[in-house]
Amino acid sequence: MVEQKLRATLITGRTIEQGVGKELGKGSVEYYDSCAVCFFDKSDMQKIGIKNGSTVKVTSKYGSVIVKAQRYPWGTNPGMVFIPCGSWANCITGDETFSMGMPLFKGFPVEVESAPNQPVLTLDELLLKQFGRNSL
Amino acid sequence: MKNGCAVCEAKMVHGYKSEERILKPMIRKNGKLEPVSMDEAVKKAAQILTDAKYPLLFGWSSTVNEAQRIGVELAEELGSALDNCCSVCHGPSVMATQEVGIPAATLGQIRHRADLIVYWACNPWTSHPRHVERYTAFTDGRFEGSEWKSYMNKMKASASRKKMDIASKRIEREEAQINPQVEVNGPPPQTLQKPGRKMIVVDVRKTMSAEAADYFMQIEPNRDYDVIEALRCIVQDQELDVEKVGGVPVEYLREVADAMMKCEFGVIYFGLGMTQSLGRFRNIEVAIALARDLNRKTKFIISPMRGHFNVTGANQVFAWQTGYPYAIDFSQGYPQFNPGENTAVDLLKREDNDATLVISADPGAHFPSVVMKNMMKHPLITINPDMNAISRLGDVVFPTQWCGIEYVGTAYRMDSVPITLKKVVEAPPGVLTDEELLSKILAEVREIKKKRGLPVGLTEQKIVHTEPIEPPRVCPAPVTKPKPKKVVKKKKEAA
Repeated sequence: MVEQKLRATLITGRTIEQGVGKELGKGSVEYYDSCAVCFFDKSDMQKIGIKNGSTVKVTSKYGSVIVKAQRYPWGTNPGMVFIPCGSWANCITGDETFSMGMPLFKGFPVEVESAPNQPVLTLDELLLKQFGRNSL
Repeated sequence: MKNGCAVCEAKMVHGYKSEERILKPMIRKNGKLEPVSMDEAVKKAAQILTDAKYPLLFGWSSTVNEAQRIGVELAEELGSALDNCCSVCHGPSVMATQEVGIPAATLGQIRHRADLIVYWACNPWTSHPRHVERYTAFTDGRFEGSEWKSYMNKMKASASRKKMDIASKRIEREEAQINPQVEVNGPPPQTLQKPGRKMIVVDVRKTMSAEAADYFMQIEPNRDYDVIEALRCIVQDQELDVEKVGGVPVEYLREVADAMMKCEFGVIYFGLGMTQSLGRFRNIEVAIALARDLNRKTKFIISPMRGHFNVTGANQVFAWQTGYPYAIDFSQGYPQFNPGENTAVDLLKREDNDATLVISADPGAHFPSVVMKNMMKHPLITINPDMNAISRLGDVVFPTQWCGIEYVGTAYRMDSVPITLKKVVEAPPGVLTDEELLSKILAEVREIKKKRGLPVGLTEQKIVHTEPIEPPRVCPAPVTKPKPKKVVKKKKEAA
């Protein structure tokens, strides 16, 4: 049965594609393709009825973001979703530092739901939406 | 270019000349960035910084030590907060090191001697693509061989197994039997106790690095502290009255601990999975304590996998100049250190600072947007070679040269070894180095303060490296003393 929402633990981190994308330029297609994604376990994708390339809305206590879904290529990690670090991941990361200067980047709860036909914003669109300005 | 990884190639072949490169200083006027002259931009930046009551100078991790040093002087002159990217990556590691010390070694030592390599909560295959190949498991050291061949054999075996499966499906022409799902967290293989190089990866998710390892131990998120503490108990011959710790059965932990104690030279590399998980610096503290315990039985060292290419250098320079590695506050006129209060994210969260200068970093993409919204309430000056997320948001945007590509300087490697970066290509005309640009801003700040009758610092910084340095000197051949000629005593001729 397809569920409405998936409750999962979010991990953000590096990927080699994100590393290459950021060096090619933050406005590059490579950066957009490698960062505006969320990796899922196969079983979790079936639960909320999404496929590779579907758009999903990931929501945390601190915000929400629309990204593309992709199947995580290594091993099985049900209940865990992964977003490469970048502007999209940081729409939902938290400012709680536990008095140590380090905000919430890994291991906090999020909710994921399918969001068909909703656009995945580019970096400039995302910055304009969040901060009201960009380079254009 | 030779021997570069994918990230290196993206930066050094394509990145530095991409369309995203900034070539002229810009100032935001009516919501739009407009090109201006360098002098105008420097004046505007100095004006913003001196008008502010408590600016924040953040970044410093992708620039050279010579520029970082001027940054400290600028922070002192302004009475500002000074922080580097370390506060959102390995800051907790620095805090833990201050608490309990760290048994460390250079990468060369590990390359030649280490026979057990543990990657804890990091994925070197993606974040440090040449690390495994050049310094740990897949390199031929003087005393330890490469594990590459056994890895290739493992890959070949798994590929031939897949081929056999496909062939058998065709022959039987029946619905293929679905293999039972491989238990990710299986017991450690017998080979973990073998002599020679071994690699263990501990992480919350399977990665490419885990695929290449001899054993992959998958633990539950935020349970690093528990698992390391359990390993410490086993190493100290204490009994554990639980079956599982952090999702890992105690028998498996016992075998991993055995491998750790039996090795001749072990190393734990830990990544952001530890510093950014629950427990933060306590995770690192207990990991260092594990290395300390293991040193009673064998030789073990521990090292953080530092990220930005010169974030270690930022810590080194700040510590050398002020006494503290990051999270420094100059508002009292002397340096104070208090992570959690003077760290960039906390300052922004509390809205303490009223102007920000970001240099060679991108908090626009790597800080939580909830705190970035507070940064955007006040003027923002950015110094970056390319148009990254923070430059797109800046009020005064400076271009700068790429260090290590367009100018020379010094950077610290992750094991705190200073290295000289070379110049490869000419910089675009009119674009200054970080060092020159910061010196100009500092001089302008002092001018403004003098006009206002405020006291200014006495030292004048001199730019150290403007000319290309000499090529690396070749180690001279050992001097051998000429062997003394054998003096053959002439036999006295018999009379």
